[in-house]
Amino acid sequence: MIVEVKHLTKKFPVGKAYFTALKDLNLSFAEAEFTGLVGPSGSGKTTLLNIIGSLDVPSEGEVIVLGKSVGRLSPPEAALLRKQELGFIFQNYNLLPVYTVFENVEFPLLLLDMPARERKKRVLESLSWLGLSDKVNSRPAQLSGGECQRVAIARAMVKRPRLVLADEPTANLDSVNSHNILQAMLKLNQELKTSFIFATHDEKVIGYLKRIIQLEDGRVAEDRLV
Amino acid sequence: MKLFKTALKSLLGNGLKTWLTVFVLSVSFVLIIFMQGLLEGWSRQAVIDAVAWEIAGGQYWSEAYDPYDPFSLDSCARDIPDQLMPAAESGLLEAVLISQGTIYPQGRMQGVILKGIDPEQQIVKLPTRLLAGEGPEIPVIIGAHMAKQAHLKENDLVTLRWRDANGTFEAADLRIAGIFVTTVPTIDNGQIWLALDKLQSMMLRENQASILIASPDYEAQQLEGWLFKDVEELSSNTIAMVKAKSMGMAIFYLIFLLLALLAIFDTQTLAIFRRQREIGTLVALGMTRKQVQWLFTLEGSLNALLAIALGCLYGIPLFIYLSTNGLSFPIDVSEFGLPVSDVMYPYYSLKLIVGTIVFILLSTALVSYLPARQIARMNPTEAIRGKMH
Repeated sequence: MIVEVKHLTKKFPVGKAYFTALKDLNLSFAEAEFTGLVGPSGSGKTTLLNIIGSLDVPSEGEVIVLGKSVGRLSPPEAALLRKQELGFIFQNYNLLPVYTVFENVEFPLLLLDMPARERKKRVLESLSWLGLSDKVNSRPAQLSGGECQRVAIARAMVKRPRLVLADEPTANLDSVNSHNILQAMLKLNQELKTSFIFATHDEKVIGYLKRIIQLEDGRVAEDRLV
Repeated sequence: MKLFKTALKSLLGNGLKTWLTVFVLSVSFVLIIFMQGLLEGWSRQAVIDAVAWEIAGGQYWSEAYDPYDPFSLDSCARDIPDQLMPAAESGLLEAVLISQGTIYPQGRMQGVILKGIDPEQQIVKLPTRLLAGEGPEIPVIIGAHMAKQAHLKENDLVTLRWRDANGTFEAADLRIAGIFVTTVPTIDNGQIWLALDKLQSMMLRENQASILIASPDYEAQQLEGWLFKDVEELSSNTIAMVKAKSMGMAIFYLIFLLLALLAIFDTQTLAIFRRQREIGTLVALGMTRKQVQWLFTLEGSLNALLAIALGCLYGIPLFIYLSTNGLSFPIDVSEFGLPVSDVMYPYYSLKLIVGTIVFILLSTALVSYLPARQIARMNPTEAIRGKMH
């Protein structure tokens, strides 16, 4: 298993009380899955994604990502896990605005101290996969929403992570761009055996998923293979 | 290096705002070095001039001599000690008798300090040869500032009244044998120089002196009743006065620096809130919050590096020009009360330049670090969504 979620509960302080976003959740994700966490706003999709991504920690229970319990990782250990094994795709792309497309995609490899020649090869390869070879020197402000999200996917994939976490990746895209993006991710999942976990309530995404986990009020309402 | 490149790219990505901050910072950087160089040059010139005109290789002071106590000036003179006589006769020491008197230029009354010195002396730069000569009037030399104050010109006659060692009032006419131009006010303002033997006889103080000026070749010895003051001690007051005068100037460039630092602080504080999504993304990509904090601190500090580079572009030619050609003072600085020459040559030492660079770097790093501490407290999941307030 690439991810194991055991009796996970996550509470957030709201004033003097607590809001429970995830309640005693038990899940596991195998390698090369193309899974979606679906459900309405507030169902706990993003919270679960953040904990799997070691950006947040469980209040109770345990989440084991690639053999590491995220709740027990120190900040540098959690950063190392994200740096080496995880890729993130965000709803708002979150590209670094002053960087070119090439530099945005190159950034995770810089953090890995990869040699310059290898970096360049990997970046150009990733951009080629996603049909962005002609946008190498463009800045995010010069790109369309679909192109920005493809850059974000290239950035997430360039280091060949074992797991990619995508939070509402198509929320800001039109139908054509959404399908293009999803096809690109599916291709990467099939060719590189990278696991994808989506948090989404977009029907277009759901159509591509191989496993759907329905969350409702912080609990798993349904977990089915498509 | 990785952090450096990232920080530099983000900083340059801010465009005009960065360059405006960098420009203001570079001006304060150049201004600090310019002003400090000017002060250093002034100090050096003041000491060099004071040594040439007054201090020479040091001075013996009669134990009772206090240049700031006019009441003791007339009685502070002592017999020149026998041990010093050979040095005095060979020109290694020059005796100076100091006393007081009153002159009456154009019917006005003005108190003066009388200083007697050997006309043949060669230790200090004073044109004392003009003091030699016989005549009904006593030949004296005065400084240009004193001449201006008393409205005296060369060959003018002026009446002097003094009180001798017995307390008897005497009077004689003085002839202005020469007017010298010096930057050292302590040998000019309110002072009249005349031949030592003449003043000794006028004051009934044969073979007495208040101070003895030593040649640089003279080796000082301990003597009872006389204190030897070396160059460092005698010039310390001048340096202290120059520094005190320059404190007012320092306020201007410190205000300028403060404005630049405030701009950096403001930019940093705004950037941390405006760029929280970027901060969250950097954390998601594998940086720790501490690393992002240092990245932002470095980014702010790079303002200083760019400012230093920019400052060097226009500062170095300016400093080379000024230290070669000097800086003219179009105003009359004779009233300044301190040694100031017409043309000042700033002195830019390596210590000054390196010190200023380190000061600017440290203060910029500090104002960059303070707002960046906020990053360590950020929740990355909220930062990614830009939801922090």
